[in-house]
Amino acid sequence: MVELWQGYGLPAIILVAQILVVVVPLLVAVAYLTLAERRIIGAMQLRKGPNVVGAFGLLQPWADAVKLLFKETVIPSGANQIVFIAAPMVTFTLSLMAWAVMPFGDGLVLADINVGIMYLFAISSLGIYGIIMAGWASNSKYAFLGALRSGAQMVSYEVAIGFIIITVLLTAGSLNLSDIVLAQSGGFWNWFWLPHLPMFVIFFASILAETNRSPFDLPEAEAELVAGYNVEYSSMPFALFFLGEYANMILMSGLTTVLFLGGWLPPAEIGFLTLIPGPVWFALKVAFVLFCFLWVRATFPRYRYDQLMRLGWKVFLPLSLAWVVLTAGVLVYSGSLG
Amino acid sequence: MIIQALAFYLFSAVAIAAGVMVISARNPVHSVLFLILAFFNSAALFVLMGAEFLAMILVVVYVGAVAVLFLFVVMMLDINFVELRQGFLQYLPVGTLIGIILLLELVLIFGGWVAAPEAAANVAIEIPPPAELHNSAALGRVLYTKYIYLFQAAGMILLIAMIGAIVLTLRARPDVRRQRIASQVARRPEDVLEIKKVPSGGAG
Repeated sequence: MVELWQGYGLPAIILVAQILVVVVPLLVAVAYLTLAERRIIGAMQLRKGPNVVGAFGLLQPWADAVKLLFKETVIPSGANQIVFIAAPMVTFTLSLMAWAVMPFGDGLVLADINVGIMYLFAISSLGIYGIIMAGWASNSKYAFLGALRSGAQMVSYEVAIGFIIITVLLTAGSLNLSDIVLAQSGGFWNWFWLPHLPMFVIFFASILAETNRSPFDLPEAEAELVAGYNVEYSSMPFALFFLGEYANMILMSGLTTVLFLGGWLPPAEIGFLTLIPGPVWFALKVAFVLFCFLWVRATFPRYRYDQLMRLGWKVFLPLSLAWVVLTAGVLVYSGSLG
Repeated sequence: MIIQALAFYLFSAVAIAAGVMVISARNPVHSVLFLILAFFNSAALFVLMGAEFLAMILVVVYVGAVAVLFLFVVMMLDINFVELRQGFLQYLPVGTLIGIILLLELVLIFGGWVAAPEAAANVAIEIPPPAELHNSAALGRVLYTKYIYLFQAAGMILLIAMIGAIVLTLRARPDVRRQRIASQVARRPEDVLEIKKVPSGGAG
């Protein structure tokens, strides 16, 4: 009995506790990201944003959550019920699953697996299923069109993201996320954003498209598709889509941080900067990338669908492919490839 | 170990059940979703065997790309299922034959393992010790040295298939108005704008 407890019981409890330590702050971050989005865009557009509920509007996300919880869950009569209910669950679960391999600090990672970056890429390529399933199961033309657009868009930009990940892998020489971060140690000029600056820009644009954010938010173009794939959803299923989308934004920002901005590493190896713990640096960098997400949303008009496809397939894909070849060539020539 | 065994039986049972559902589900979209479930459980089995790179590739390629396109096609096709099921008996002999051939091949492979365990060592190439090199690096090393010609050939076949697909579907459509960004950028104000002076206070 004692053996069973020490072999399985205790590790299981520790694992659940670790997962909660990651997931609960993540969900709080999602809640405050929605507030930050409304406040920051408000400030950029010279208005106030939500500032009434609590000090500076800090209780607004909770008010929104409570409102969504108490609404009625409507399932359309023509909908395919099981798939309709499963779709938001898939979206939300996938957006949480990916966090298992994210390194928050030196050794601070739930699952330090060899193929961490492949795992992240695999999970993020599955995000499309929640959207397609929702669009199909709703049995509504707007939802279906939104889902098709979203599917085509996410498949297209995933290719560019994959190639950019390969360039970073080649430079770091490892598939492990912690090793990728450690390969960038030694100050912010050693981070990969500098040698891979064009790829950094393309990667940022691609993750905007991958998370269906503005200026690539065609799947939920409210002017033409009402709200896209989630038009038939209400109450908690809608909230799950919402949470999943924002958790994915944070995840993609985390991925950008790990691949290009040196993860948990301080920007310079100077005394007082190294005193600040790694997770704080990680959070600050993620917050910076998220701010850029919101900044872009307040700045740029939405792309037209054919422009979106052209950008993905005719601009980003050849450029990132060429950069893979260039990086590999430079690495072989300089002899730093094993 | 007991957890591993339990996990193995769980994943394989779900994979087989999902496989059965793929061919028996009435709705083709459900079939594809069950296919995805089967892929997932196979990936989990790969992880259990310690082949996590293969597991991730399986998820990225099959679930993330191939099944998405399947789902697209199946969702948008208007298929009549009653009609589809009418030919079932007609195709049954061919299907059974293919099934039997596959089964025989599997029996040959696994029978070889059981009958002559040393035979596998003769065919297999040297595997670097796991302590020196983790499995994805070992896989890359084998793929790019010993099997480089087969690897390149596979790449060529894929390239030809891609070009074939593009050639088959590409058609010139002169009647479609396209955006030509170069000509838009090259446009100068003096080419398209004409400034006219309108006299004010003229005859109205």
